[in-house]
Amino acid sequence: MLGEAIIKGMAVTAKNFLGSYVSEERLPTIEYPEQRQPLKEAVRNFPFLVYDGDDWHKGMRCVACQICEKECPPKCIYIVKSKDKKPDYMGKAQFYPATFDIDVSVCMSCQICVEVCPFEAIKMDNEFELSTSDRFGGLLLDKQKLAKSNGYYRHIHPTEAGEVDARLAAEKVKAEAKAKADAEAKAKAAAAAAAAPKPVSTPATPAAPPAAPNG
Amino acid sequence: MTISFLIIAALILAASVAAMTLRNLVHCALALAVAFAGLAAAYLQLNAQFVGFAQILVYVGAVAILIVFAVLLTRGGEAPERNVFSGDWKWGALVAALVFGTLAWAVKHSFASDRPLPTKAEVTVKQIGDALMTKYVLPLEVIGLLLTAAMIGAVIIAMKEEKK
Amino acid sequence: MAEFFDQIFVNLKHWLLGFVPAQPDWLQPLATVVISVAAILGVFASLFAIATVIERKGLGRIQNRPGPNRVGIPFTDISLFGFGQPIADGIKALIKEDLVPRAADKVVHFLAPLAMFVPLALTLLVLPMGRNMTAMDIDAGLLFFFAVGAGAELAVFMAGWSSRNKYSLFGAMRAIAQMISYEIPFILSTVSVIMIAGTLSPVKIVEAQQTYNGWLPDWFVFTPWGLAAFLLFITAATAESNRSPFDLPEGESEIIAGYFIEYSGFKFAIFFMAEYFGMFAAGGMAATLFLGGYAAPVEWLNWIPSWAWFFAKTMGFIFFLIWIRGTVPRLRQDQLMNFAWKFMLPMALMTILAAASWHFIPDAFTRWLVSSTLVVAPYLLLGRGLLAGRQIGKRAYRYAD
Repeated sequence: MLGEAIIKGMAVTAKNFLGSYVSEERLPTIEYPEQRQPLKEAVRNFPFLVYDGDDWHKGMRCVACQICEKECPPKCIYIVKSKDKKPDYMGKAQFYPATFDIDVSVCMSCQICVEVCPFEAIKMDNEFELSTSDRFGGLLLDKQKLAKSNGYYRHIHPTEAGEVDARLAAEKVKAEAKAKADAEAKAKAAAAAAAAPKPVSTPATPAAPPAAPNG
Repeated sequence: MTISFLIIAALILAASVAAMTLRNLVHCALALAVAFAGLAAAYLQLNAQFVGFAQILVYVGAVAILIVFAVLLTRGGEAPERNVFSGDWKWGALVAALVFGTLAWAVKHSFASDRPLPTKAEVTVKQIGDALMTKYVLPLEVIGLLLTAAMIGAVIIAMKEEKK
Repeated sequence: MAEFFDQIFVNLKHWLLGFVPAQPDWLQPLATVVISVAAILGVFASLFAIATVIERKGLGRIQNRPGPNRVGIPFTDISLFGFGQPIADGIKALIKEDLVPRAADKVVHFLAPLAMFVPLALTLLVLPMGRNMTAMDIDAGLLFFFAVGAGAELAVFMAGWSSRNKYSLFGAMRAIAQMISYEIPFILSTVSVIMIAGTLSPVKIVEAQQTYNGWLPDWFVFTPWGLAAFLLFITAATAESNRSPFDLPEGESEIIAGYFIEYSGFKFAIFFMAEYFGMFAAGGMAATLFLGGYAAPVEWLNWIPSWAWFFAKTMGFIFFLIWIRGTVPRLRQDQLMNFAWKFMLPMALMTILAAASWHFIPDAFTRWLVSSTLVVAPYLLLGRGLLAGRQIGKRAYRYAD
């Protein structure tokens, strides 16, 4: 019949029109900002500094080694090392960054700083709603703005955070075991030194070397 | 000589004078369209509804567009190079005044001006239709034939030529 | 009670006229006219605002997206689900800079939007919007409608030519060619209605469709010639308003905006409003001529006021236009002209013949048969015949290897 193509076309559009009120596949629009699309796990935007525990100053993992500052291609990281040391998560006293600034208007999200950090201290955030009306100061994130907890890291990148946490825990276990073995060996040496009779000063007889520390 | 007639007459005269004296030909054509609309207003003022609306439909809606197309498709769109008033306009004005005087004298002294003015007739469209179909059917058919011939002529002129 | 609501606007007008002193003779008719015109302009301007939102939301839903749905009442938190969009659009149109090209013809450029708006607004005066609710009840109302609508074409030319822009003039020429070609089927399709009703006055044509015949009302659309004439009328009305699929003159992707190109801000808004008023007028006339004007479709729904039915039918026509816009692709200029002259004009003439046969054959079954044949046979013959020589089969895709 003539003109049936128009009628068929009108039927299709009518189905679209009426279906957009009832079914979601006919209205796939996500109405930002009331609805947001869930981001995939590997989405990255700008870096942030990870801290363990509750205190962002005491638990920060960064030891101001300045490797990320040297490796950053657009040189957007500025670090000033502190003069004193504070204990890190393993109890060892480390330097910490007195100033750690990232200029996110320069940062190109290449993730090189994350790849080279030996301490798992800097990771990529996925927050993109960073607009500000202050063109220079508003986009310069300082240490406090960059500090986000490990719990947040686990929330946005669960798999990565799980791996990092496992690795850090394993290292901690290893370090603790080493420290224990060291302590045992030292105690044994001290005990051996205390138990053995004090020799008359014979310069030719050295004390028996302590047992080699074994894990 | 009511005031509405005076206003309409002034409008028609002003539009016609503008149509003759404006420099740009398209402006002249548009002023002519205003004159047609004024004429339609004059018909409507005399209660001739059908003629008034037919005047708008035919003249303003079609003839004015035809004139405008004709102006555009020829070189009339450019400004004229010489003055709109010719050199010896005084002789032309004299001849026009003489002709006007003769015609006015003839009309005033004719028989038609002695008859009493007819009362305004209430002519409905139905009466016009009846008259066209019974009393004036031959002129109607002749006009139809004429229009058909004009259309065929236009189509022939505009048709693509067949390559021999 | 239904009578009260039906005549509520008429009574309101009479009450307002009571405040006008009767002394100078010309004051009362002037006041009548002023009230009617103000009411019509007010109602149709707000309908225009609503129609723009409905068009954007409707087209959006057809295209699987929501339309505008944010704008509410400004400075408050009241959400209107997007129906406050015309407020935003109106403010935008008013505060935009009014650019006039240096080479443009200033007087004609200024007058073109007015020359387009005034005729199309005048056409609204003869529509019977309810019982006793016609602003201008004249004997030759339908002729007035077509005559004044033809005045809009000159405005299109004025707009296109005065911009001194090649593309603008091009668009204007195409627009005028389209408008005058489609005027003929537009007018001829109403001739069958005029013939059967015997009058040119829209008020009387509506009154001829007020009776009910069994379960169907006596509207002209429910006859074979009426249905054909109705389809021709709405197609021609779509073309006269430059709406898709006939919107090549203002094709947004081809020649930008055609004859609108050099108009910005409020002048563009006036053109836009004029176009929508043309659509309302065409819809109102279609409702008057074919769909029974202010009559209800079934007898027992007559308690709904007559003006509500009229506006429902007009808005139904607008919705149909939006639906068609979202469905059919644009016609090319030569396809458009062929359609008007080779298909619609003969069909319009055949509907006149079908209407005449309907009127003169007394027997019900025979007249349905004869009338339908006189309409369906040319439709099929013309449709098949005009496609002759062109292979329109299934589309073959060839992919690069």
